[in-house]
Amino acid sequence: MRLTLVEAVRDGLATAMAADPRVVVLGLDVGRLGGVFRATDGLLERFGPRRVIDAPLSEAAIVGSSIGLAVSGLVPVVELQFLGFALQAGHQLGPQLARYRYRSRGRYEVPVTIRAPFGAGVRSAEFHFDAIEAMFTQCPGLKVVAPSTPADARGLLLEAIRDPDPVLFLEPVRLYRRGRQEVPEGERTVPFGKVRLAREGSDVTLVAWSAAVELCERAASELVGRGVEASVLDLRSLVPLDVEGLVRCVARTRRCVVVQEGPLTGGFGAEIAATLQEEAFGTLAAPVVRVAAYDLPLPAGVAEPWNVPDAARVVAAAEAVLG
Amino acid sequence: MGRRRLAEPELVRRNGRDGLTPRPYRVLGPDGSLIDPGHRPPPLPVVLEGLRLMLLSRCFDRRALAMNRQGRLGGAAPGLGQEAAVVGSALAIDPTRDWIAPQYRELAALVRHGRPLASVVAHSLGQTDAARVPDGVRVLPDQYAIAAHLPHAVGLAWGLALQDRDDVVIAYFGEGASSEGDFHEACNLAGVVRAPVVFFLQDNGWAISTPRSAQSAAATLAGRAAGYGFEGVTVDGNDLLAVHEVTARAVARARAGAGPTLIEALTYRLGVHNMSDDPRRYRDGRSEADAARLDPVVRVQGYLHLYAGYDDEGLAALEREAEREVEAAFARALAAPPMTPEAMFAHAYARPPARLLRQRAASLGPPGNGSCG
Repeated sequence: MRLTLVEAVRDGLATAMAADPRVVVLGLDVGRLGGVFRATDGLLERFGPRRVIDAPLSEAAIVGSSIGLAVSGLVPVVELQFLGFALQAGHQLGPQLARYRYRSRGRYEVPVTIRAPFGAGVRSAEFHFDAIEAMFTQCPGLKVVAPSTPADARGLLLEAIRDPDPVLFLEPVRLYRRGRQEVPEGERTVPFGKVRLAREGSDVTLVAWSAAVELCERAASELVGRGVEASVLDLRSLVPLDVEGLVRCVARTRRCVVVQEGPLTGGFGAEIAATLQEEAFGTLAAPVVRVAAYDLPLPAGVAEPWNVPDAARVVAAAEAVLG
Repeated sequence: MGRRRLAEPELVRRNGRDGLTPRPYRVLGPDGSLIDPGHRPPPLPVVLEGLRLMLLSRCFDRRALAMNRQGRLGGAAPGLGQEAAVVGSALAIDPTRDWIAPQYRELAALVRHGRPLASVVAHSLGQTDAARVPDGVRVLPDQYAIAAHLPHAVGLAWGLALQDRDDVVIAYFGEGASSEGDFHEACNLAGVVRAPVVFFLQDNGWAISTPRSAQSAAATLAGRAAGYGFEGVTVDGNDLLAVHEVTARAVARARAGAGPTLIEALTYRLGVHNMSDDPRRYRDGRSEADAARLDPVVRVQGYLHLYAGYDDEGLAALEREAEREVEAAFARALAAPPMTPEAMFAHAYARPPARLLRQRAASLGPPGNGSCG
């Protein structure tokens, strides 16, 4: 079947719900409206109001109650309307959900999936789309997954729902409807912690996740015209991180640019650069370069695209590491 | 064990800017006599079990405090003065089906619900693996982020109802917790979905050093329930029988599908907040002395004396029994094998990332293995 990314998410949800009666979907506007991005469209009609639940506007209660729902024996899939508002539920999502298993010494498993659309490029209102994914990689116990293609979105979502650990599942809003791709049917999942080589080239590796992967692919196409063959490596999941896959790919090209849509300082790109410095220093022919948003709040209005990396900045960074 | 008949059976609170005094529901006078002689009390074994648990809690506090002062035990939150609230409510739920979402000052409720006393002691000793709540015991983890467990309790109750079970969840917290956003969000959601949950608020007068008057301008905290669309009730939290009765009523309502109840139990923290607290810095001895006149243990002892013929010797025997039980629990906990560094790595994930497994191997291997990536 050929699906857009948001259709793939929807199909993944329906597939998981059909396969396991314990799976429930809850969040703001997920029922009658079908979600503000229509990711849950049709689920209420198909699975009924006991499994597709419109919650009050109350992020901490939505995420917090999902912990209790899981203890009761259900498998909650929460839709946070926008990742920017994950911090309204910050304590429930990080310290509580992430370490419930740990602090109960394995007594309680909380197989909760938190879906959250994020990322710039759709000119939305302030706060909604901030790329704050790096914050959640600092919450041990929580897995952080960030697909960039329809097939990965469906496969990783099925994996997230089936995984006994809590998963923050980040969806790139900018790519929701960008194009269709052949997506496998059935319950086949995509495993966490395995990088995907989106494009192969021998001169430089562009490392990214989520919407930035698409940006890197555009940059790689431009680089061809300048005689540069770039690999594009999609991390797919930040936690767990496929250190081996990352090192293997970068060792082949000996040069690396890491691209993130969040602000530079303290971003996950720094983690990638540090990991390569520790694990692949001998193979590097040049220092790893980061491309990121500036250390600014994500601006509202017309300034938004001036802040977030574009293909030209990625191309310039690639040329810089090539010397 | 001296029992005095007091003229004014009052736990006086002037809450709120309007200075209104809540009128808590009460069954026992300060000497343990039934205020309404025609009132039907619970069967004697229930009261005896209540006193046993209350004494257990008090003995644990004494023992834990002594060991802490000797440097042999870390943290514990004594329940001194609040035993009737904790025990009376716990006696109203069924350990074979209902759930407790504790804060951290409800030792006696957890023991009554099946959590071994030795596991609570182990927690105070920092032995978190030995403190694990055993399978089958329907108790959620202790909660050290105030009010954060309230949304969990609501989700659990809601989930049970969604699966057509009629089990009930009771969540413990204090008046300080009622100022947190999580309290509001949890109550609001519980009201909307009519979750079978009992919010059991112990107003013990103090959130560490912050008095009730600085916590809320409302005369009663039970009154907030109206804003969430369910019932609220204020009870004398130092009255075992009254607490038991109002909780049993709330549990029955929840079980019948009538939704949540907010119970505000007025009590008083007679001792320290925790082992590093010093109440002399923020309250004078007078309020403590006043509150001590309504000692919940003394009231139950008075009740047993008046209505079940217990004399001082009979009551002292109950106390010795509690001492022995606490003694044995401490001995068991101290004799248990200590946690190992290897165990620290367990349970963070069901399926741990490869990177964490490498860190584990490096940590357990020879020192000087620099990279932990």
